[in-house]
Amino acid sequence: MPRPPGATDMNENLPVPPSPAPEPASMSRRSFLRGSTVMAAGVAAMAAGLAPLRKLGDFGSVDEFLQAHYNELSPDQMSTVLSRIEGEVQRQYGVRPHVRDLKAMNGVEFVYALNLTRCTGCRKCVHACVEENNQSRDPAIEYIRVLKMPNGTFDMEKGDHNYAPESVPEPGFFYMPVQCHQCKNPPCVKVCPVKATWQDPDGITVIDYNWCIGCRYCEAACPYFARRFNFSEPTIPKEQLNTNMSYLGNQPRHKGVMEKCHFCVQRTRAGLYPACLEVCPTGARKFGNILDPHSEVSQILKHKRVFVLKEEVGTLPRFFYYFDV
Amino acid sequence: MIRAVRNYFVFLGRSAALAFDGDWRYYAWLGALTAMCAIGLNAYSHQLVDGLITTGMTDQVSWGVYIANFTFLVGVAAAAVMLVIPVYVYGNEELHDLVIFGELLAVAAIIMCLAFVTVDLGRPDRFWHLIPFLGEFNFPGSMLSWDVIVLNGYLVLNVYICGYLLYSRYRGQKPAKWFYIPFVFIGIFWAISIHTVTAFLYVGLGGRPFWNSAIVGPRFIASAFTAGPAMIILALQVIRRVTAYHVPDRALLTLRSIVQVSMIINLFLLANEVFKEFYTDSLHVASARYLYFGLHGHHALVPWIWTAIGLNLTAMTILALPISRSIKWLDLACVCAILGIWIEKGMGLVIPGFVPSPLGEIVEYIPSWNETLICLGIWAFGLLCYTLFLRMSVPILLGTLSQAGERNLVPAPATPRSDLPATNSAH
Ligand code: SF4
Ligand code: SF4
Repeated sequence: MPRPPGATDMNENLPVPPSPAPEPASMSRRSFLRGSTVMAAGVAAMAAGLAPLRKLGDFGSVDEFLQAHYNELSPDQMSTVLSRIEGEVQRQYGVRPHVRDLKAMNGVEFVYALNLTRCTGCRKCVHACVEENNQSRDPAIEYIRVLKMPNGTFDMEKGDHNYAPESVPEPGFFYMPVQCHQCKNPPCVKVCPVKATWQDPDGITVIDYNWCIGCRYCEAACPYFARRFNFSEPTIPKEQLNTNMSYLGNQPRHKGVMEKCHFCVQRTRAGLYPACLEVCPTGARKFGNILDPHSEVSQILKHKRVFVLKEEVGTLPRFFYYFDV
Repeated sequence: MIRAVRNYFVFLGRSAALAFDGDWRYYAWLGALTAMCAIGLNAYSHQLVDGLITTGMTDQVSWGVYIANFTFLVGVAAAAVMLVIPVYVYGNEELHDLVIFGELLAVAAIIMCLAFVTVDLGRPDRFWHLIPFLGEFNFPGSMLSWDVIVLNGYLVLNVYICGYLLYSRYRGQKPAKWFYIPFVFIGIFWAISIHTVTAFLYVGLGGRPFWNSAIVGPRFIASAFTAGPAMIILALQVIRRVTAYHVPDRALLTLRSIVQVSMIINLFLLANEVFKEFYTDSLHVASARYLYFGLHGHHALVPWIWTAIGLNLTAMTILALPISRSIKWLDLACVCAILGIWIEKGMGLVIPGFVPSPLGEIVEYIPSWNETLICLGIWAFGLLCYTLFLRMSVPILLGTLSQAGERNLVPAPATPRSDLPATNSAH
């Protein structure tokens, strides 16, 4: 800080200093030059600092920047957006995908039930999910976490996330896959500041990847560690891209946005089972419409002793666990 | 009307010109800060290109030092009211001008807060989604949208109050009470609200037992009213050393008693929290155990929190003793308190909330280099702003930059105005 001419050291013990001289009404030519030079130097330093931005090529188009929220898009705008995405994917991966905007069906509320007696912890569901939903291979993003739990406890701190034995199952343990529970009272939706994530009428909590600002508040709010953030640009080998895509489902994501399990909307809203269910070799996974009293899941919920994880947080999951015996 | 606008622009122009004028020490200081900003900007460019992978954050620990610094600085900003209340509620006129320095500090702190939130975003280019009416604002559902409103509101309030008071002083007019007193009182409540809302960001998450505790809000306020005034104490001393502006010791001592009381309350609330966690000893104690003692062989935060506790206790001891009436000891106590609370609020509150993860996984967090440089850059930018604000406002408060001086280019030395702080008031 400058010391105006005439000012002396200030100290409680010193006599009152002479009053400082006024600042010049207009700056002298010299100080003006000096001031401008300083500012110019500062601006130059900043510009130099920004140099790495030259490598920034993938921040999306103007259309993407201006794109409105999912719920504000008219059908016409939506089809423009979908074909734009198809073009972008084609440019990036060399194949033209089929991107649809699949809406929730009337009279459907999806529910998942998982039989812990049957699950052997083979992680086939984890990998099928990655392939179906175009998750990044590097860094690896996986929606499903399988915990290896010692018999006799539900304390997840005792679970092993990184088990890798020669073969599964191992005696003395049970395996508990966890993915998005599609909560009826989802804290992730409540906290999102820009409504980039919401619950559709069929009970699936979806994310508008083109609207999410990447604040990761939802990730902090989710009690089931279901959300995954794209910390860097995802990489998917061209030949492994699943070209059957939906906007709120498995369209390729970009860095800086959130994603998570969406019960394979590109499949389930078209009458198919989720990929994780289809691949499961033991039949531990059951999926269906809870509003239909004859569906398998309705029967399971009626006749089995089912439970949900962390019932006390009040999220009302649509993902139930049960044991056969 | 046109004249008024012209006058105002002359005022802005002259202040701005002044901001970049000074002696070599001033330029050296500005130069150092600018260099640090440029380094931070460079680090941020890397982050923009490569994504947040350049930070130490993960899916398990999804917030890190950015949000930690943000949380701390909201407290600093809120603490500006600790100067406002004595002046406007209790009519302590002696501190009157100092309020401006406090509020300018709040402005600089809020600017830093906004910068920290921005660098934390994965898609900063989509910031407009957060603008009410233009974007899709989840109000009142999301506490983050509340935070956007209260922080920006607080920024506007403080800029307005400082700007108005300084401009009136510049024109040699007495500020019209109706033009600013109501805003000062709104500002007092607003200050409390910014920190409460920021606490609610954490408190509202049922899935994170470490944060989901009603005491977090009061603890935020208590620690803010410790660290904030401590920072103002240090800032005021810098002001009286490097400018002709006289800050009486008595002002510092008034602030001292605030820091004293808040620090005691802060540590008391901390003790409450610690008791509840460890005496209950439920499964929810895991995060606290990780923080204080380490969990299953993971200890990253243990040295931090004990350093913080040590610093806070040192600060409290010094403040409780009469030696803290001497400025040197007071400074030491302030530095301890600021560092202690910075750690406690940052590494001590944000990070353990994520460890263990909701599925019981322990992933530790260590800020990366790039992340650290960005933080330093933002701090440098904040200091730069505060420096420029002071460079402009001190001459106005001293009466050396005034409208009267605009007319006669070589004015007679200004005589101290009667409503200036009497420089000999300390005697
Ligand atoms: S499991 Fe998590 S991400 Fe899924 S709906 Fe519930 S809170 Fe949201
Ligand atoms: S990361 Fe995206 S979806 Fe999650 S809260 Fe932030 S804006 Fe919403």
